[in-house]
Amino acid sequence: MSAVLMMGFFSLLCSCIFMVLDAVDVAFTEAAVGAGASTIFFLAAIAIVGRTSKPSKPGKTFIPLIACIATGTLLFYASFDMPYFGKADAPIHQHVAPRYLQESAGEVGPPNVVTSVLASYRGYDTFGEVGVVFTAFIGVLLLLGAGTRRTGVERPAPPNVNEESMRQKVVLREVADLVIAPVLIFALYVQWHGDFGPGGGFQAGVIFASAIILYALIYGIVPAQQLLPPRKLAYLPGVGLLLYAGVGVYSMLRGGNFLDYDMVASNPLDGQHYGILIIELGVGITVASVMINIFFSLSERSL
Amino acid sequence: MISAQLPAIVLLLTLLSAPVCSMIRNGDNAWKVAMFAVWLSVAAAIALMAQVWGGNTISYHMGGWAPPWGIEVRIDELSALVVILITLFGALVISALRESLRTVMRSHRHSLYYATFLLCMSSLIGITITGDAFNVFVFLEISSLSTYALIARGRDRRALIAAFRYLIMGTIGATFILIAIGFMYMVTGTLNMADLAVRLPEHTDNRVIQASFAFFTVGIALKVAVFPLHYWLPSAYTYAPKATTAFLAATATKVSLYVMIRFVFDVYGVEFSFTQMKLDVLLIPMSIAGILIASLTAMFQSDVKRLLAWSSVAQLSYMVLGMALLNVNGLTASVTHMFNHAMMKAGLFLALAAMIYRVGSSHLRDLAGIGRSMPMTTAAFVILGAGLVGVPLTAGFVSKWYLISAVLDKGWVWVAALLIVSSLMALVYVGKIVDVAYFKTAPAEHNAVKDVPVSILVPCWAFALLTIYFGLDTRATAGVADRVAQALLGIAS
Repeated sequence: MSAVLMMGFFSLLCSCIFMVLDAVDVAFTEAAVGAGASTIFFLAAIAIVGRTSKPSKPGKTFIPLIACIATGTLLFYASFDMPYFGKADAPIHQHVAPRYLQESAGEVGPPNVVTSVLASYRGYDTFGEVGVVFTAFIGVLLLLGAGTRRTGVERPAPPNVNEESMRQKVVLREVADLVIAPVLIFALYVQWHGDFGPGGGFQAGVIFASAIILYALIYGIVPAQQLLPPRKLAYLPGVGLLLYAGVGVYSMLRGGNFLDYDMVASNPLDGQHYGILIIELGVGITVASVMINIFFSLSERSL
Repeated sequence: MISAQLPAIVLLLTLLSAPVCSMIRNGDNAWKVAMFAVWLSVAAAIALMAQVWGGNTISYHMGGWAPPWGIEVRIDELSALVVILITLFGALVISALRESLRTVMRSHRHSLYYATFLLCMSSLIGITITGDAFNVFVFLEISSLSTYALIARGRDRRALIAAFRYLIMGTIGATFILIAIGFMYMVTGTLNMADLAVRLPEHTDNRVIQASFAFFTVGIALKVAVFPLHYWLPSAYTYAPKATTAFLAATATKVSLYVMIRFVFDVYGVEFSFTQMKLDVLLIPMSIAGILIASLTAMFQSDVKRLLAWSSVAQLSYMVLGMALLNVNGLTASVTHMFNHAMMKAGLFLALAAMIYRVGSSHLRDLAGIGRSMPMTTAAFVILGAGLVGVPLTAGFVSKWYLISAVLDKGWVWVAALLIVSSLMALVYVGKIVDVAYFKTAPAEHNAVKDVPVSILVPCWAFALLTIYFGLDTRATAGVADRVAQALLGIAS
């Protein structure tokens, strides 16, 4: 239990470090995913398996300890020859980065260079990452099997002590009521504003999902599932991935390479713009629905 | 137009049919979609091979951005061979999967299972064809996640522990690889593999690159299951669902080995990897120890699945040894054996899956007399087993021949002797199964056992016949491997 909380704390610290390093987009994602969503998933998992672990035998921790020390030593050894922090002539600022910084506005469009790199220059990687999220979803579904039971039909709503008591906490309920709607709107803002400021599909998806998860935590899983029936929700991750790939395939049909947004519209810059908007939507749909799906299947188990 | 887009198509066929499969409720329909996609991707893979045949290279720019700014997909003969390996063997396994799943899982989960299988396949293809170091990691994540899910789906509860153990080891491996890639990027400012190969030699004295190499070697060795980092493999293979083991044994470790060869020879370069970092001094003793110890362990197993898994550890060590010998014959042996062993082991696990399908267990005791009750399946098993031992006229002979000549090129007669001893060990453990199958009487409760349905039998025999075919015609395997080896070692042919 405390390990999970420490992990959440660690993620929050990490996101602060990323912030200091001027990687706002990464910090945003880390805060939303690492400190937010994954902590909740861990807690949900603990609700199933119980919070205490068997104490490990003293001898068993020896090899992992050695491995950790070796890894740390190697990292420390390497740090002597690393370029100084923030030095302008470090290789990473010399080779590919200048083109991203100087040309992206003319080639791709969005003022946020990070979005240009993620969505266009390295759009194939981002496509792969959506694939990772989708795989995680399929894996959880395959193993835990959410969405296979019809909610409310086979199982009448179980009298759940936790949920009842949660709903009776006035402060929690009132704050949640206040917060949920703005969070949803904020998610949409992050989704569509990724071109200009930090944000994009990944962050928006997680924020959107966290609002739903908050609702489910306060009001119970059953009303949340009535709002978003798991059977239908299970289609969405695939839809998002196919939407992303669809842009790529469309550009192939128009005579370009996979994910060449120049081909999406008659004017290359417009094409980049539409292409990025649509793929970000695909990312958002996949991430949000995967998060909600995973939460549902974990909490169905713990009921 | 299609021929120019093949590098994307070969990946997208499997990757995009995965979400489609997951949306189809009916398992049989999902299977049809999967079959359609994988057999088309086999055709695409063969067409790709035709394009690069003779030593050409295809460079395909994702998103239309030229490397190093964009991501490049780069296909040469080696990657085309590995793509054929993944698609062809994957397709054969999927063909048998429908029948095999029926006994294991309730039907509504079948579509999800096919989707996971397709994701695993497509990510392995993605790893193989990419020319971008970070992209390797992205697809590595997909392949790892899908593999964990596939293994954990095994019927035995111990599958969960096996999957979790693999998850921990695999995650450590992947993280190390990520650190290695990050370090390379820090020093060179690029992620494109060809570009890295040009820029790294300037930095060979840099400790960051040396540490990166160390992280990479350990990380990928975990994934390849190089002895002594093979710890996760036997139980993962043993408890994974039957036909899935066939696919995983054929592809997952082979693709990791491909990544290892690609990075060690192409990205870091022979000069740095072997002359400066002395990778061979590390790998040769480890692989020889792996061959002997794993073969020995295999001899004493009574569960055939576990026996074959241990044999995989030994066979993987053959490939690593061939690679570390650093001569043309050795690399040829390594690449040829990668293909041949994938074929033979997939066939063996599939034939074994067919036996489990009938008798419900892979314990030697339960396989007694199976040669009489399931003659066709057992005959295929015996042919494939002969390939594993390295009997002439089978594919296994070809790769062992190259390996032994490579060792003799080095003048290491004692290593050659050890290799022959290990082949004899293989003869012992395969012979043990054959003995039980043909010369023991079947237990009474297995009287009704008969051969498996055609849909499983045909893929088994396809593997067996391919084993013989590639034992006779080596143009596509050793021929390609020879050219690849010369290119990797920088020898102009």
